[in-house]
Order: sequence, then C-alpha cells, then structure tokens
Amino acid sequence: MTASHDRDAVITGIGLVTSIAEGGAANRDALAAGAHPRIDEAATPPFPVHPLVAIDLDKQIPRKGDQRQMEPWQRLGTYAAGLALADAGVAGNPALLETMHMIVAAGGGERDIAVDEAIMTGLRDAPEKGAYLNERLSSDLRPTLFLAQLSNLLAGNISIVHGVTGSSRTFMGEEAAGADTLRTVVARIGAGQADLGLVGAAYSAPRADMQLTFAVGASCLAGPYRTVWDRADHGGGMIPGSAGAFLVVESRAHAQARGARIIAKIGAVASDRTGAAPGSVRAALDRLWAGLRPGLHPTPVTIMSGATGCEPPTREERGFLDAAVSERETIIRTPGSLLGHAVEAAPIVNVALAALAIEAGTIYPPFDPKDSPAAPAVAAPEQIVVTSVGHWRGACLILVERA
Amino acid sequence: MDYRDSNGRPVVAVTGIGVVTSLGAGKAENWTKLTSGVSGIKRITRFATDGLRTQIGGAVDFVLEPPFPSAKLSAKLAELAADEAITQAKIGTPGVFPGPLFIAVPPVEMEWLEREALARAVDSPDKVTYADLWRSGTAGRHADWYPHLMYGGVAEMTAERFGTQGSPISLSTACASGASAIQLGVEAIRRGETDVALTIGTDGSIQAEALIRFSLLSALSTQNDPPERAAKPFSKNRDGFVMAEGGAALVLESLDHATKRGAEVIGIVAGCGERADSFHRTRSNPDGKAIVAAIKNALDDAGIEPDAVDYINAHGTSTPENDKMEHMACAAVFGARMPRLPISSNKSMIGHTLTAAGAVEAVFSLLTIRDQVLPPTINYNVPDPALALDVVPFKARAAKVSTVMSNSFGFGGQNVALILAAAP
Repeated sequence: MTASHDRDAVITGIGLVTSIAEGGAANRDALAAGAHPRIDEAATPPFPVHPLVAIDLDKQIPRKGDQRQMEPWQRLGTYAAGLALADAGVAGNPALLETMHMIVAAGGGERDIAVDEAIMTGLRDAPEKGAYLNERLSSDLRPTLFLAQLSNLLAGNISIVHGVTGSSRTFMGEEAAGADTLRTVVARIGAGQADLGLVGAAYSAPRADMQLTFAVGASCLAGPYRTVWDRADHGGGMIPGSAGAFLVVESRAHAQARGARIIAKIGAVASDRTGAAPGSVRAALDRLWAGLRPGLHPTPVTIMSGATGCEPPTREERGFLDAAVSERETIIRTPGSLLGHAVEAAPIVNVALAALAIEAGTIYPPFDPKDSPAAPAVAAPEQIVVTSVGHWRGACLILVERA
Repeated sequence: MDYRDSNGRPVVAVTGIGVVTSLGAGKAENWTKLTSGVSGIKRITRFATDGLRTQIGGAVDFVLEPPFPSAKLSAKLAELAADEAITQAKIGTPGVFPGPLFIAVPPVEMEWLEREALARAVDSPDKVTYADLWRSGTAGRHADWYPHLMYGGVAEMTAERFGTQGSPISLSTACASGASAIQLGVEAIRRGETDVALTIGTDGSIQAEALIRFSLLSALSTQNDPPERAAKPFSKNRDGFVMAEGGAALVLESLDHATKRGAEVIGIVAGCGERADSFHRTRSNPDGKAIVAAIKNALDDAGIEPDAVDYINAHGTSTPENDKMEHMACAAVFGARMPRLPISSNKSMIGHTLTAAGAVEAVFSLLTIRDQVLPPTINYNVPDPALALDVVPFKARAAKVSTVMSNSFGFGGQNVALILAAAP
C-alpha cells in the first residue's frame, strides 16, 4: 500500500452515464460482464456514434423550466453531476455544497441545426448576404439558445440545479481540458487550497455541428464501426460516444471526517503539451511515464488507454503501450472500443471506470482484440494508469490507486 | 522584504503587463487615452449592420484585415499583449517562457464565414444540410482551419508561440474569465508549483451572430448615435453594455523570484475571491450574497479590511442590472464609506471586452497604482440617484492609491474580485 496522507485527493462520488449504462456500478458491472458496444450508424452518416442510454432527466433536473434552458450536453452534464453528488452523499447538503469547488471541462456551442441549414440555403441566392444573415439570425435564433451554447453554462446550470457554489471554473479544450480539471483539483487539494471538489464533463455524440467541425480535421472514423486499434488502415478517427462523467474529489481528511466512502485515490496527474512533430506524443508519454514509474508497485499495472483512434497520436500511443508491456507485466484495456470517445469527458469516464474497478477488485475483460492479456494472473487491480492523449494535442497520464 | 504573505504563502508579483483595446496597442497609448477620457467605441464596419438594433462596438480594427474567424483575432490580441508583457518582464528567452499559461478565451465554434464557404461548394439545387457539408469532402481540404475551430486552439497557438511550460489552460467563466485566469496563475505560484506564470485574457469576437445573440438577450445598448456616448455606467439612462474586443497579459511571478533576478515589480496580486451564484443563468440573486461573498473572500485572501481599499475598478457594464447589483454589493461591504470611495468603469471608454475584461481591467488597475491617477467614468451626464457613488466623472483624478479592487461578474453566476496592490 502507498502511504496515506490527509491531503491525498480521493474520489468519494461518481456520476457516470454512457452508451452502455447509467450509474457507476451499473457501468462497471456491464463492462465486467462483457457488454457489447451500442452503435448508431444512422444519426450522422457516414460517421457512426455511440448513443446515450435512455435517462429520465426528471430524476436529477426536477424542474422542466431548467431542462428547457439547456441543450443536450448541458442536461447530460447536469444529470451526471447530480448522480455524483448523490453518490458522495453531499446532494442537498448546503453546508457542503457552498464549500465545493467545481471545475468543468466543456466544449459548447450546440447549434439550432434547422435554423443554420435554412440560412445556409438562403445565403446562396441572397443578393445582400450580410443583411440577409442579420435579418434571419435576428428573427430565427431563440434568445435563450445563446445560454445553451455558452461553455461555462454547464457549470452555471450545476450551480442552479444542484447548488454547488464554492467556486465555478470551466476549462475549454477537448481531451486536455478534461485531464486538466483532474490535475488542478488534485493540486488544489494537495496544497490545502480546497477540501472538496467536483470535476467533470459531458459530451453528446450525435451532433451535426461537431461532426462538421471534426470533418475539417478528418477526426471521425467514416464507415462501419471498428475497434480503436483496427482503424489506422481505414483512415483512422474517433467514434464519438455520448457520456456524462463527474467525480467528487476531496481530501482524505475531509472525507474521513464526514464518514464518506472512499472509492479510490488519484495518485498523480501528469500532463504536457505535444508538438506537431512526428514522435512528439510518444516522447511526451515516455517522459510522463518515467515520472510515474517510481510510484508504481511491483505488482502488475493496468493501463486504461484513452486512445481516440485519431492518427498519428494513436499510432504513437501504441508504441508507448507496447514498450510498457515489454518492460513489465502490464494489463492493457481500451474502453474507447466499447464506449467511443467522449472528447472533454473521456479522461473523466476512464478515471471513473478505473476507480470503480479498484474499489470492487474488478479486472475488466478486454474491450478490444488488441487488449492483453485476456485473463491476467492477478486477483484485483491495485493501480491503474489512465492515458489521455488528445485527438489533436496534449498528453496526460493519471494514476488511480487503492485508497 | 517579506516574500510570504500573512498566510505564509508566496507573495505574487506582477513583473510585466501588456494590453490592446479599441483605444490602441500597448500600455502607453491605452493609458494616455483612458486617462484623457477618450472613447474607443465606433460604428461597426467589419460586417454589414443593416437591420441590427445595435450597430456600434469597441472593435479592434487595426490588427487584421477582414474577413477572419474570431479565434484568429483572439489569438492575435493575446499574442500582442503577451509580447508586450514578456518584453517588459525581461523573462525567459525568445520562444521559451519559464512557466505555465492560463488564458481566458471566448467560446469557439465554426462561424458563418466558414459555413458559407462550405455551403457554396455544395453543388445541389436543394436545401443545404450539415450532412451535405461534411460529405462534400470540401471540409477536409481546410485542415488549416482546425486550430481555430478547437476549444483549446487559441491556447495551443499561444503556448506554441511563447513556449510556455506544460498543458495550457483555457478559462471560460464568461465575463469573469480574464480575472479567473489571473486567479489560477496566482494559485499555481502559491502552491509552489511554479515561480512564474503567464496569464492572458483575450476576446476578438465582434461578428454578426455574437452581436445578435447579446442583442436578443437585450444586453446591449441600442443608443447608436453618437457611438462614444452609448456606454454610460452608473447613469440613470444606461441601457446596456457595448460589445468590445481586447487583450491583456500579465507576467506573474513569486516576489522572491522577481527580486532575486532583479526584475522591476509593477505591483502585486494580493488577493482573489470567488463565489458562484445559483440563482439564475443571467441575473444575480437579488440578495447580492454571491457578489458580496466574492468581494469578502478577496479581502480575506489579501488579509486586509475593507478600509484598506483605496479605489474600485468596477465591472460597471452599463446594464441596468449589473450596475445596480454591483453598487448594492459594494455598499454592503464598504458601508457608509461607499459614497466617498472612488469607483470608476473603464467600460465607459473601451466598452465591455467580455472574456478579456478581467485581465484588461487588472492591467489598468496596476497602471492606476503606478501613476497614482484614477481613470474616469465618462458619459456620466445623468447620474442614477439610486446609486450614491463617486464614479470619478468625466475627468481623471490624481489620488493616493496603494490598493485597488477589480470586480468581474459573468453569466452563469460567475463572480470574481481581485485585490491589486502597490509593490511592497
């Protein structure tokens, strides 16, 4: 066991909704039982997506008025945040919620697709394009849509619906933003700048506007579903996966004082920029791994890869994983092959799955034909390293371990 | 000199500042104009404003030739401000800044410029759909757009340009973002994680849809003529803010580190306070509690009493709601002294620089301390009798200032107050 300290950052609540299941334990159990991916190839062809399981929004967002003020990604995030708060036993406890520091990783910008398409069509023949655009936007945009688009309004809605008000920060920027919420909350807890935190993100996959943005970077897999490590010869790319993932993270002392259940500890979060030069991702992962290695036990380590399928980062991460396997006994698991890629939420989803596995002593079966070994010779995971290599920038390793 | 504050944490100094607004590029031009009561608000010429209720803004028009996506201007404004700040701080080497980047960036998305270009390439007499756009293959030929379409794009470009260390963080806390970026830099230095940090706020988002969205929320002044009179914080006839652009950068450094390398200390960030409101998406709770808590937290964090504050750089947007709530909260904290405590709004001259505002106004707060002069609130022709305030009307004023509070509030219940103080 690693020595325990009062200022360790421990996970005490998990709110997780994916394409497979709702709730932390339900997701863990479904994955442990060998769930199959759920895929929707009709929503945004030729790009497949993993659609969200059905959820009853009323359970976490009781007021219809609040639901109407949000777009799907905000509803999903607000819902998942509510699950995390309930799981940690802080929901509805104003004294705790007022001291809770929130960091949300967000994209944003969910658009009114029908309005956009009508305007794009009309613009082609409009003699005065500027005037036409002004007229149509002024009359067709719903005034409140803006609020459903603003990146920080997921956090804003969590404050309103759940009463989290200690502080509220939103980080933008794809996978790295998700990983940086964890890095920041762990650093703040470690330094005594916070005792209780809420971090998370949400991604709604069947989004026409995001599919277009991703098309500019050729970032989505086109064609039928393939597992993550089987995409390189088919153009590469992510399969977007809907997910909402929030974690309550607090200092060990704070968790113990209020008698909270401690699920797992976040032992380290190490991240860096990656450049455009070939080999930059591999070099960053090697550097970050070297920093983590002294803290790893002699027992087999599990690496939960957040690989997106986008190239070249995925190829470079594969090189890193192969090197890790040859260096020591390592169990590789790739949840993206089952759940898809949830962009900002992806690292949070994977840390949640890691924490749940550690708490229950679960060794997940392979999610991908390249995941190995299929049946490891260990009873339960002690330490899991989650990778988060951005689909276009950034790399992060997160160590989740038994608390 | 004391390198630790009353809580035993490293004192955070500012050793470089840079700013660009509609008034011009650089501290010198901005400060001269700001203290002369000059307005940067003009009629918008970047795009057609036909049919729009609001046709004015504080656009920065001297940097890029239109058309361009907002993210490109935001990146450029960040670069100009950071370059000025780093040059003044004389820190690092070209292309290597020895600390992390915290940058406040406006939300990003594909804009009509790109959408229209892609739609033009769709060869179909029928309705144009998003699927047509991504299926035409044209999108894939614009890979150079990608960094401008990613939420982390401006941060990545800025980190690359200046060679900052580690994963750059893009802050989005609406109109408090610039202050939040400074707050994160301060926290990182206080943790001992770094000796130095680059914090930036930038906003180049005056384009048709952004203007229309604010307009649909009835947030903007519609008094287009004359443009320079539209922003009138704390006035009875205030009718909304004026959308504006700008960028500002601060090099933050532990006082210890700055002193040891012989850097000139411009001032210190003595305290940061924050509190989220849970009342409404665009309005503060009428009780003002969250704003009051943010201000009190900032004072506590700085280890000072309200009496120590010499001047308030107001959020002062010129919306009926903001100015009323800001007055109420300040009166609650500063009590009987409030009518005599000078409080002015830079936004009366530069408009509301949105994501950048907290950073821009922190820079002006530091210049206030440097030169011992309070920038005015212009357009205060019809004072609001309900807001008993000394807004430093019309003309700058010499004053003894060693401690300034700068407020920033944003949609989504964001409230941040910073305490900036003279070098020890």
